[in-house]
Amino acid sequence: MDVTLKVKRFDPETDEAAHFEEYQVDLPEYGAVLDGLLAIRDEQDGSLSMRCSCRSAICGSCAMKINGKSRLACKTMVSQLKELEGDVISVEPMGNQPVIKDLVVNMDMFWDKVNAVQPYLRPEGPVPEKEYLVSNESMMELAVAMNCIMCGACVSDCTVLEVDKSFLGPAALAKAFRFAGDPRDGHKEERLQLYTEPNGVWDCTRCFMCVSACPKDVAPMERIMDVRAMAMEAGLVNTRGARHVDAFASSVKHSGRLNELNLALKTFGFIRAGIDLAPMGIRRLFKRRLPPLMHKKIATAKNIARLFDKLGV
Amino acid sequence: MRYAFWPGCVSRAGTPELYPAATAVAEKIGMELIELEQASCTGAGVLGERNEELVDTLNARNFALAEQMGLDTLLTICSTCQGVMSSVNYKLREKPDYLAKINESLAEEGLEYKGTVRVTHMMWAVVEELGLSNLKEMVVRPLNGLKIAPFYGCYILRPRYVLGMNEEHAHRDQYLEYIIEALGGEPIDYEGKLRCCGFPIMTINEANGLKMVSNHTLEAKDMGAHALVTPCPLCHLNLDEFQPKAAKSAGKPINMPVLHLPQMIGTALGFSVRDMGLQRHIVSTEPFIELSGMPRR
Ligand code: FES
Repeated sequence: MDVTLKVKRFDPETDEAAHFEEYQVDLPEYGAVLDGLLAIRDEQDGSLSMRCSCRSAICGSCAMKINGKSRLACKTMVSQLKELEGDVISVEPMGNQPVIKDLVVNMDMFWDKVNAVQPYLRPEGPVPEKEYLVSNESMMELAVAMNCIMCGACVSDCTVLEVDKSFLGPAALAKAFRFAGDPRDGHKEERLQLYTEPNGVWDCTRCFMCVSACPKDVAPMERIMDVRAMAMEAGLVNTRGARHVDAFASSVKHSGRLNELNLALKTFGFIRAGIDLAPMGIRRLFKRRLPPLMHKKIATAKNIARLFDKLGV
Repeated sequence: MRYAFWPGCVSRAGTPELYPAATAVAEKIGMELIELEQASCTGAGVLGERNEELVDTLNARNFALAEQMGLDTLLTICSTCQGVMSSVNYKLREKPDYLAKINESLAEEGLEYKGTVRVTHMMWAVVEELGLSNLKEMVVRPLNGLKIAPFYGCYILRPRYVLGMNEEHAHRDQYLEYIIEALGGEPIDYEGKLRCCGFPIMTINEANGLKMVSNHTLEAKDMGAHALVTPCPLCHLNLDEFQPKAAKSAGKPINMPVLHLPQMIGTALGFSVRDMGLQRHIVSTEPFIELSGMPRR
């Protein structure tokens, strides 16, 4: 199978800026993008740099942007790409992290963030004589997050990190879930406090980018939502994020529909909402674009409220 | 085609120009929309953080209301509603035991969801059911010479398996481009089109949300776009309403008109500025209106 790979090259010693170079390689039907890159390095240009090791989606070394999406080069089949996304395959280094050379990025930020969530068990109380005993079910919930191979694909595609490098990000927060949810850990509350600080779980935009990028179905964003739920359950409700969720819930419970005006007032508090939203209100007034001031209930709103009560919200 | 219709909360409140524009366009292109008057908010992804089962129950209730009216397709004009409905529907169809449990809650109101509803968005229905060639034939004022930046919004793109994009509808992430072309316009390609508008964090980290707004609108502007179009009213809220503020923090003017998808279709089908509510946006749509040659009223 003839394959055209457009690879982004950058050598800090000779290049001012990165540029694409095109290569033709011959691969077997079952070839992966990584096979193509290795073929280029072995047969055409020995200076092409990339990270790889296991070649079987285990070590997490080979994440890069393939046709603009972050994926593992060893797991991404060339024949499938050609069929679904076109003949020329573009390969770039991961996003959101500085490029060292060609397809190799500096992952210091990734590891710093993972370290920041205390990614290790901190049990409390007397150490049992033998091992800690936990139920199967409680570990099954954590198993999804344990599948993480630390490849960085989620961090590479994170839309919040694109605008704010201080966000803890999907990989670290999925790891946070894994420890906050572990029945053997003795510092759950302290952890939840830490994870709900600014730059933590409430800063996620829920864009699903990391869910799409993760090659191991960790679905980091879903784990972030799990931590949010855990935190609210634990009574950490005095964050803007939690207030937003609660205001949202009470609006729908009351009328069956969302009352946006009320939502803003409750999330920001009356005074800040007044100051912050007034210019927008005025702009809207000029455009005859005010939302209905009297928010109408639907006729069956009582039934909706009953469902909320039944499920304890 | 007949559809059960769920307009979403925002199309009537935060972006009140969307509802009349969408229903007028639907009528023109032969989509019969039967509104679910007693449907509730889908939870918009927010409610689910509190209680997932509640969200599944509320959405199952909406589906059951559609079934009760004898309708098998539920159409919405909000990407976010669509995203929540599609993922709940996917889950309920995969897990019959769970659906049975949800139905127990619905029984108190005399409702049952049988699992027969298909969720769609107006953008999908235009391509998949009306068809692009039919749409083309209806065009009376082609968007000639107009460069338009598609902006999808997250929930109509991801996760692919929930949105049928791993199977028969692999190209749903190109429908905006298809529609722009069918209307005679020129879609522009830019990084931002598949990214997040920033709306969900506006109440939490406004600075970050505003950066997303300025990044995407400025990128579209650099690429020569005359307007940006979106199938999601929440994206519209952020990209239009917060654009002046985003421009201020970015330190440069933006002035990028942001259209709802039905407004763009309506423009090419001969509707007026008034009909489409284009005068009601926060960012002036004048440059687009002038280039399109659409009548004022
Ligand atoms: S080389 Fe190990 S994951 Fe790809």
